Amino acid sequence: MPDVAAPTHAPKTAAEVAERVAAIGEAGGTLEIVGGGTKRSIGAVQAAAVLSLAGLNKVIDYAPEELVLTAQPGVKLSTLEKLVAAEGQMLPFEPPHLGKLLHSKGRATLGGTLAANLSGPRRIRVGAARDHLLGFAAVSGRGEIVKAGGKVVKNVTGYDLSKLMCGSWGTLAVMTEVTIKVLPAARGEATLLLFDLDDRRAGEAMGRALNAPIDVSAAAHLPRAAAARAPLKAKMAVTALRLEGFDASVAARFDTLAETLRGFGHVQRLDGALSSEFWGQVREVEAFHKDPRPLWRLSVPPASGWQVVQAVAGEPLYDWGGGLVWLLTDQPGETVRAAARAHGGHAALYRGDGPAFAPLDGPLAALTARIKAAFDPKGVLNPGRLEQG
Amino acid sequence: MKMPLPDADLMARKGEIVRALQRLVPGEGVIGDPAGLVPFQSDGLSAYRQTPLAVVLPETVEQVSAVLAWCQANGVKVVPRGAGTSLSGGALPLEDGVVLGMAKFNRILEVDLANRCAVVQPGVTNLAITGAVEADGFYYAPDPSSQIACTIGGNVAENSGGVHCLKYGLTTNNLLGCEIVLMSGEVVRLGGKSFDAAGYDLLGLVTGSEGLLGVVTEVTVRLLRKPETARAMLLGFPTVEAAGGAVGDIIAAGVIPAGMEMMDKPAIDAAEAFVHAGYPMDCEALLIVELDGPEAECAELSTHVAALAEARGATTVRTSSNDAERLTFWAGRKAAFPAVGRISPDYYCMDGTIPRGQLPYVLGAITQMGLEYGLGVANVFHAGDGNLHPLILYDADQPGQLEAAEAFGADILKLCVAVGGVLTGEHGVGVEKRDLMGEMFNETDLACQQRLKCAFDPDLLLNPGKVFPRLHRCAELGRVHVHRGAVAFPDLPRF
Repeated sequence: MPDVAAPTHAPKTAAEVAERVAAIGEAGGTLEIVGGGTKRSIGAVQAAAVLSLAGLNKVIDYAPEELVLTAQPGVKLSTLEKLVAAEGQMLPFEPPHLGKLLHSKGRATLGGTLAANLSGPRRIRVGAARDHLLGFAAVSGRGEIVKAGGKVVKNVTGYDLSKLMCGSWGTLAVMTEVTIKVLPAARGEATLLLFDLDDRRAGEAMGRALNAPIDVSAAAHLPRAAAARAPLKAKMAVTALRLEGFDASVAARFDTLAETLRGFGHVQRLDGALSSEFWGQVREVEAFHKDPRPLWRLSVPPASGWQVVQAVAGEPLYDWGGGLVWLLTDQPGETVRAAARAHGGHAALYRGDGPAFAPLDGPLAALTARIKAAFDPKGVLNPGRLEQG
Repeated sequence: MKMPLPDADLMARKGEIVRALQRLVPGEGVIGDPAGLVPFQSDGLSAYRQTPLAVVLPETVEQVSAVLAWCQANGVKVVPRGAGTSLSGGALPLEDGVVLGMAKFNRILEVDLANRCAVVQPGVTNLAITGAVEADGFYYAPDPSSQIACTIGGNVAENSGGVHCLKYGLTTNNLLGCEIVLMSGEVVRLGGKSFDAAGYDLLGLVTGSEGLLGVVTEVTVRLLRKPETARAMLLGFPTVEAAGGAVGDIIAAGVIPAGMEMMDKPAIDAAEAFVHAGYPMDCEALLIVELDGPEAECAELSTHVAALAEARGATTVRTSSNDAERLTFWAGRKAAFPAVGRISPDYYCMDGTIPRGQLPYVLGAITQMGLEYGLGVANVFHAGDGNLHPLILYDADQPGQLEAAEAFGADILKLCVAVGGVLTGEHGVGVEKRDLMGEMFNETDLACQQRLKCAFDPDLLLNPGKVFPRLHRCAELGRVHVHRGAVAFPDLPRF
């Protein structure tokens, strides 16, 4: 993060963004790209100035019947969520806001969420943020306005640069307009809870549920320590599986799910608003909002989640059926990263000091550097953001 | 369609190139004799044919790596090929290039049901993946209509779709990882079995890159649990507008069907004459809506959909009562292309996507254009996601008809872009739509994409002549600053 005295550029249009990036690149300068600022602590950006996209905050077009929405990147997630809910629709990938988790006063924006490829519990069923960005316009590190993709839900014209934007953390281009896919909101939901399972048994329960033809839309496990924290304050571990859809379908599938999980103990049901509130807490990792220890995000093969955690002393919370592990730990970064890598996954430091991202090796590292240079040869955008540990 | 001019020096070195490839891939892995090369002359876009210099059929990743490294060192162009079912000419050979066929990579390496994925070699067919896991109740979702023949490696290269895309996504939404070999021979693994990978999403970038960035040597696909029930509905409408309206209503009601296909009158007539699916003959547009999931869900949703269709004036509303009947409903649609092949000596399949709301206007305009070109057209349409497949009817033996069909097709795609859509929904750009890329992208956009090509393949040796209407040498792209979308190097070769 640049020091507080770093000058802030606040363009109002894509043309102004292009003009700023080009001019600063010409002068050998660097920029930190900021939307709502919620994720600024992830990765150590070392930039001379800030480019705020708060001024590019309009919804440009929303056609519910076409399932697409075009907006500027600075629009708040909360604004979009209200807008689509009014049409009976949702942002399918259930994006987490993470402001409170990352101790930021900012509010998450659409652009920042896409740039970080952040997806919530429903990711296991409908895909990630990257699966919902259909097209975009952006200003590359060269100061050029480029567009890619389209504004329809099915398109293979040209390289799929939308995928590249998601997860690039603003290091390739500054998005100035994005088109995303939306879907009808689930008409109803219910959550099945299991109790007091250890991590391994919980992993088995989630696996069994996800391998049954029940269309489970979220699977999370809060071990005893995480479940004991606010807001849940439960006395034992909680494993949760969500079903969404039309009421008759949810009801029928709930019975099948309970039958499928016979042998994992007592079952409890959360309906409607209670279910929705619970998954909001999982999505925002609320159990870990207050803890001084470094917080890691591990992405691992789902069946390996509990095994990865066994190799690192810490406190986990599992989402995505075990494939996403939030881990509070004082262990050295190398220990955490090695544990994830040993199972074919990777770890990123979301809260704490040091480089955020897992190292890349050999030809992949060289290829990554060439791609960065193709978009941003002078290294204007977010220098240090993707620094590897 | 112009391709890059063949390099006479390379043509003269054919014998040397074949011998070098034989050293790298011993046995019967290299084809150089003219008769042996004939089967590789074209892919699914059979209007274009070209005999390659040679064909190499490696069996190991090491061989793929060695072949590519040798070709790069010797300036030899390479065209990767799976089963050769591309409808856009993605695997069209080059006269001075080597075709790299991946058919021998045909093993399923691992089925990992605990992580709901399978690791397969690129030459495994799309349908064989499902075949390997269906006994356990799983399947691989994307289902291009060539799925019995097309390979997963080709699916990755083309980002193939199918009739179930609206609910289950294209290839890109159903992959977890892959291994690719760069033109340099370097082997790079992208992703794995986790939901996301460290670094840039190069898996997403490579998917749909049409064989221009790397050669896929291994793929990790997501597996889905087969739904408990699937039910199809046949809905006949008196007008295309009414059918289009019903599609919008169904989605607005919160229903995302597993598939939602529309056929217009010429397509219905051709399909019915061919397979006798029992389609209603008194309607102008037919919708096939497939619902899948638990029995309770299918029952509830089919009632919803029937009511919505009736409100739009549907004259036929039938719901399959068993799987045999469901497959009969689909039979006509699945056979629509060969059915049209029976009523016309040749047909040319287009693939634009439009905003669904534009459907009545676009179909009307296509009919009008057909009259002007003097060519018939039948429309099948992935209505759920707005992906059109107009089939232009022509006779290649009649002078001028192929050219007229191509011009008609180009006009259709320009119209798709003009109403807010795109050139291709699932078939790829290839050579077919290459020269139309300027309809969607300006020079700056295309330069940005080509710089990515340079990051993967700086000598432009992998599948050149596809996707991009203009060949920019990488060194020039490094310097070029495109000003206001204006052409920067107007003297560069265009083909």
